[in-house]
Amino acid sequence: MKLAVAACLALLLPAPLMAQAAAPLQLPYTQFTLPNGLHVILHEDHSTPVVAVNVWYHVGSAREKPGRTGFAHLFEHLMFTGSGHVEEGEFDALLEDVGGNNNGSTEQDRTNYVIDVPANALELALFLESDRMGYLVDSMNPKRVDQQRDVVKNERRQSVENRPYGLAEGQVLTEMLYPEGHPYHWPIVGYMDDLTAASYDDVVSFFKTYYAPGNASLVVAGDLDPAKTRTLVEKWFSDVKPGAPVTPITVPGVMLTGVQKKTITDRVQLPRLYVAWLTPPSLAPGDAALDLVADVLAGGKNSRLYKRLVYDMQIAQNVSAFQNSQGLSSYFLIRATPQPGHTPDELLKVIDEEIEKVKAQPPTDHEVQRAINQIEASFFSRMERVGGFGGKADQLNRYYTDTGDPDWFNEDLARYRAIGPTDIQAAAQEFLPAGRRVELTVVPQPAR
Amino acid sequence: MRFALTALLAAAAISLSAQGPDRSKPPVPGPPPTLKLPNIQKQQLSNGLPVWVVEQHEVPVAQVNLVVLSGSADDPPGKYGIASLAASMLMEGAGSRSSLELADAVDFLGADLTAGSASDMSAVRLHAPVSRLAEALPLMADVAQRPMFAAADLERLRQQRLTTIIQARDDPNTIAALGFARALYGTTHRFGTATMGTAETMRSFTPDDLRSFYTAAFRPDNATLIVVGDVTPGSVVPLLDKSFGSWKPTAGGAVAHVKQPAPPQRNRREIYIVDKPGVPQSQIRIGAVGAARSTPDYFPIQVMNTILGGSFSSRLNLNLREKHGYTYGANSFFDMRIEPGPFTAFAGVQTDKTAEALKEFFNEFEAIQRAVPAEELERGKNYVSLGLPSDFETTGDISRRLEDTLVYHLPDDYYAKYVPNIEAVSAAAAQSAARKYVQPDKMAVMIVGDLKTIEAPVRALNLGPITIMTIDGIFGPPPSTR
Repeated sequence: MKLAVAACLALLLPAPLMAQAAAPLQLPYTQFTLPNGLHVILHEDHSTPVVAVNVWYHVGSAREKPGRTGFAHLFEHLMFTGSGHVEEGEFDALLEDVGGNNNGSTEQDRTNYVIDVPANALELALFLESDRMGYLVDSMNPKRVDQQRDVVKNERRQSVENRPYGLAEGQVLTEMLYPEGHPYHWPIVGYMDDLTAASYDDVVSFFKTYYAPGNASLVVAGDLDPAKTRTLVEKWFSDVKPGAPVTPITVPGVMLTGVQKKTITDRVQLPRLYVAWLTPPSLAPGDAALDLVADVLAGGKNSRLYKRLVYDMQIAQNVSAFQNSQGLSSYFLIRATPQPGHTPDELLKVIDEEIEKVKAQPPTDHEVQRAINQIEASFFSRMERVGGFGGKADQLNRYYTDTGDPDWFNEDLARYRAIGPTDIQAAAQEFLPAGRRVELTVVPQPAR
Repeated sequence: MRFALTALLAAAAISLSAQGPDRSKPPVPGPPPTLKLPNIQKQQLSNGLPVWVVEQHEVPVAQVNLVVLSGSADDPPGKYGIASLAASMLMEGAGSRSSLELADAVDFLGADLTAGSASDMSAVRLHAPVSRLAEALPLMADVAQRPMFAAADLERLRQQRLTTIIQARDDPNTIAALGFARALYGTTHRFGTATMGTAETMRSFTPDDLRSFYTAAFRPDNATLIVVGDVTPGSVVPLLDKSFGSWKPTAGGAVAHVKQPAPPQRNRREIYIVDKPGVPQSQIRIGAVGAARSTPDYFPIQVMNTILGGSFSSRLNLNLREKHGYTYGANSFFDMRIEPGPFTAFAGVQTDKTAEALKEFFNEFEAIQRAVPAEELERGKNYVSLGLPSDFETTGDISRRLEDTLVYHLPDDYYAKYVPNIEAVSAAAAQSAARKYVQPDKMAVMIVGDLKTIEAPVRALNLGPITIMTIDGIFGPPPSTR
């Protein structure tokens, strides 16, 4: 049935749209695995004389133990403080000396590290990256842990506690969605007490358990020669000792029972409403369709909620919706801020009406095609940058990690192209039940 | 002797390779690559509108920016915010399309079309797959040439912006930035008030105000088209000519640029505190009126600031973050515009270390007046000059560099000479830039934090007179909407 509907749709589309669909999306790459288990992917792009060195460790906050939340992220900070053959402070200094930049980020399921350098400094970047993979704890000490603990506590203050609506978005929402003990329950940045409790011994044991080459993948992309780069990667990473295999994470499936409501206060002028559902994991059936549900509801000015709440009724300052795709379980979130004089309840009523409309009747072909055209265009834009977060190197690593195939671009795009209006309706029906969801409201603190 | 030693080391490295590489020294990079600078092909449309084309064939996309040389610095007194609102209103209906019809047409093409303003310029910017360019350019042309300025859309945007002004009070970061700008520039210089204007000006704007700013700013004799992407002049100029070639200035003379008054003189250090009860961090902004983009000190300033607070290994960050752990990050920057913009050093620091953090900021401001060691100077210069290629990666990156070239009248060989100009900065030049622009005893210090915890320790530092400011003092009374 699905195929037949898609074929009908194709006939209805105006000709210029079909012309676009032909453009192939490909990132040529080579890959190999070192004897110690490190998987390596190389991609050549000579358009700018820069090289990106991008490592994903397949560990994130989901692996943390109770009482040690925030540890994966604290550990990420320690990765920049020097290693067996790199003095404290030298990691950044050496890279700045050659005009390079670096950063890292921690999610629930992975931690990534990016180094971008002018092409002549590739070997320096590989030396630094391999040294912390192999020898981080050789020069680690409790003082460094204390230093970064203070920095991370300030990161939490800055990005969660002192940011308007930060506590709702950075902590309370996931606490409500996932039951206690579920690895997505706690904030990635962790709780203050747990950050206080983290010890030097925890660092050593986390490194040995999760930072082995077999639990990582390395992408080197940019202005490089693949054969020479392979030799350099072999030179610098082969002496990194293999570790014990990491057992896959297993958690029981989660499901919300009933509507969970909560109201919290914050130092804000206007209330804000969050409505959230637990949804299928990244790349599972339903995941892509929910991206399109989000587009139909709140992607762009003509989306149903934006048009109605912001344009027509003018009772909301803004509204957004997205499917937050994650490895074990995703969530679908709608977020809206009322205009002064209006309430979250007024917004919720309209939000519910519009969700019910999508469930009752599939979106129009035009709405779906508009969303898919935007997704197609975004795939091109994603090809423009080699390094940094979200550059080509990072995307190759993400696809490799999620699917085993670094160049999964066409397959990913095909997921969206295959979706028709009735799939979107079905996803809304199946995954956005009115009776099983989280409703979080932030209200202004009473005046002192 | 040197030669023999090198040979010895090389032999040692080979014999070690069975066990692993020689990690005793980091590999030394070869000579830095030469950045092939984008070749700007300058042409004109039939109406004389200049077009700059840079070919970038890596990905089948194009960036097209229509830049006009008028921005919020040209907001007339009493009309602060008009440039910003006029730019936003361009997207609210143009040509034959209403606001929603326009958005639908743009979204359906998978294009990204925006309008915005900065201090010295406004722009309409399009990013689209090249296959959609022929359909997207007429939409862009409508936005730039035939905006509607409909009263109903103005009312909607006005309410949204009044609400944004209310929400700005939530964020200590925003309060600190605006309070700092007010402390440096006062109320009569444009830089002392938010780009968006105030609740009072926001309430006053009429469609005629918007039209009159628009008419003066958006005209072909005040504009340039910048195109970067998978195009050639042969392929793209005819398309542009179809959409922009018959654009004529409407009646009225040349664009009137507003002359700003001199910013208030500051002959002593002054502290301003805004109370935000209960916050876990103090947002700190410290600095002074800095330099204009045209300053001959540009390159020494870049190098000096990189060392002071412009990189991860900068003194401020190593001191306040890595050494003391007071903050997630401490930085500084010079915002250079046609008129001198601010020099700002900033950090969010934990409330109970506010005074300690201030002390360290000033320790670093004092220290940078003294010698800059050769190693640090070299690192600062390398970081700025060797990092240049990454500024030229995407079509958007390149278009922004070209916008700077246009707006600040940089010479055609500016980027070709960029690396030598940075390399030429001596320790003495960096130091004299610090003495000229980083004067610790003539700075304004803005702190947004929990007054009852921070006031006494900050007073005890004896940095200078302290003024307690209120949020209303910075923003005006909270606007009532509707």
